[in-house]
Amino acid sequence: MYSASDLKKGLRIKLENEPYIVTEFNFVKPGKGQALYRSKLRNMITGAQFERTFRSADTFEPADLREQKMQFLYKEEQKYCFMDNESYDQVFLTEEQVGEARNFFIDNLEVEVLFFEDRPLGVTVPNFVDLVVVGAEPWAKGDSVSGKTKPVTLQTGYQIQVPPFIEEGEKIRVDTRSGEYLTRVKG
Amino acid sequence: MRDNWRLEKNRDALHTRARMIYAIRDFLVNRDYLEVETPSLVPSPIPEPHIDAVSCGDLYLHTSPELCMKRFLAAGYPKIFQICKCFRSGERGSFHLPEFTMLEWYCRGMDYRLLMEECEDLIISVAHNLGYGDIILYQGKTLSFRKPWEIISVREAFSRYAPVQMDDAVNEGLFDEFMVCHIEPHLGSGRPTILFDYPVSGATLAKAKEEEPGVAERFELYMGGVEIANACSELTDMKEHHVRIEKVQNYRDSMNKTLYPLAEHFLQDIANMPDAAGIALGVDRLAMIFSNASVIDDVVAFTPEFG
Repeated sequence: MYSASDLKKGLRIKLENEPYIVTEFNFVKPGKGQALYRSKLRNMITGAQFERTFRSADTFEPADLREQKMQFLYKEEQKYCFMDNESYDQVFLTEEQVGEARNFFIDNLEVEVLFFEDRPLGVTVPNFVDLVVVGAEPWAKGDSVSGKTKPVTLQTGYQIQVPPFIEEGEKIRVDTRSGEYLTRVKG
Repeated sequence: MRDNWRLEKNRDALHTRARMIYAIRDFLVNRDYLEVETPSLVPSPIPEPHIDAVSCGDLYLHTSPELCMKRFLAAGYPKIFQICKCFRSGERGSFHLPEFTMLEWYCRGMDYRLLMEECEDLIISVAHNLGYGDIILYQGKTLSFRKPWEIISVREAFSRYAPVQMDDAVNEGLFDEFMVCHIEPHLGSGRPTILFDYPVSGATLAKAKEEEPGVAERFELYMGGVEIANACSELTDMKEHHVRIEKVQNYRDSMNKTLYPLAEHFLQDIANMPDAAGIALGVDRLAMIFSNASVIDDVVAFTPEFG
């Protein structure tokens, strides 16, 4: 059982017998008022989104979902293909179902595919993925102390803000949960 | 050497924050306020229905210095201020940290109307001191500090923005929900908003209006939809203090919340409490406005998650 204070982005809960994922979440507390948990929820089957505000005392059941280790194989017309390494079973997910995880799909990446009963619903990538910078403006000397950032394009097409010293061809580690740059990876 | 990306990223905001705090001190010292310090560890946190303290051994970390500040007033200190860390259990969000920085100032003989003006003067003075003109950009929208600011009552805000009237919202127990979902997003856009005259049920230590006892002489300052400060004409009546605190205790008891020991020393000193007004301003939140930050994490060096 979850309480409202357990809510966070990505948590899956069961409401009216359907699985929902929390897509946006914010703790709010109007001056001297009670804590409220403003959430946006997405129905994991229909994709329908809605906003809902919970109170501290509200409780939820976790959604009964199963995750299966699989490997990213390829993308074909808006469909993403994943394979079970033991049974060689393949499943497809739509662009919408993979969501922002698509920014991190490199060949053979090991992911967790989420099933509700036998239906694949979504995918989780590892927390940290190393990606190659394929497009970057060269570093203008003297920028390193300003705390400024610059945009680069990664091998998956993902655009990200990085420190100015990162150059094309380098590999960087990205935190897939926030989508933010973490560090430069040597070698 | 390992680079700390967070500290690097927030460098500009941390500079602005530091200069902002100098500017606040400058303004208040120039107006003859005395800077004081009160303990962070206290035997009894402030009686509030919805604020939970962090316990620490036999004591608690203060949720705000309010009670000790009022004891200064009761002891005859006319104008005092403090900038300190406060601690609140379970509060973490885009605008909340469980450990945050609060500015409180109190003035004997002032009421909430006069304090509104002083609050405006402080913000304008700080903006100028930071090198800003009368207009800044916050999250893609202009915010003008030129007077007059928008000053509207909570009742009027409900009529204007919410689908129900204020009294009905209070009676249905949905005041906070309407405030957060319907009203707050409109406040402080274009210019700061002062929202005043709150239901007394949400203003434990504020003076009730003589002509309308269901409403307290309390105001909140908003900028860009963000609540920046809470202020009131302070409650001075000893008996009323006991009545209000008992209500809070009963409510907390009914919600299975921790019941805190009675603030006995404070209640004794209240006998000498003069008419006064006081205000608590979230320093981190104001720093967000002046550094155009959308989340509180961007104006502090360390968050609890990366401490």
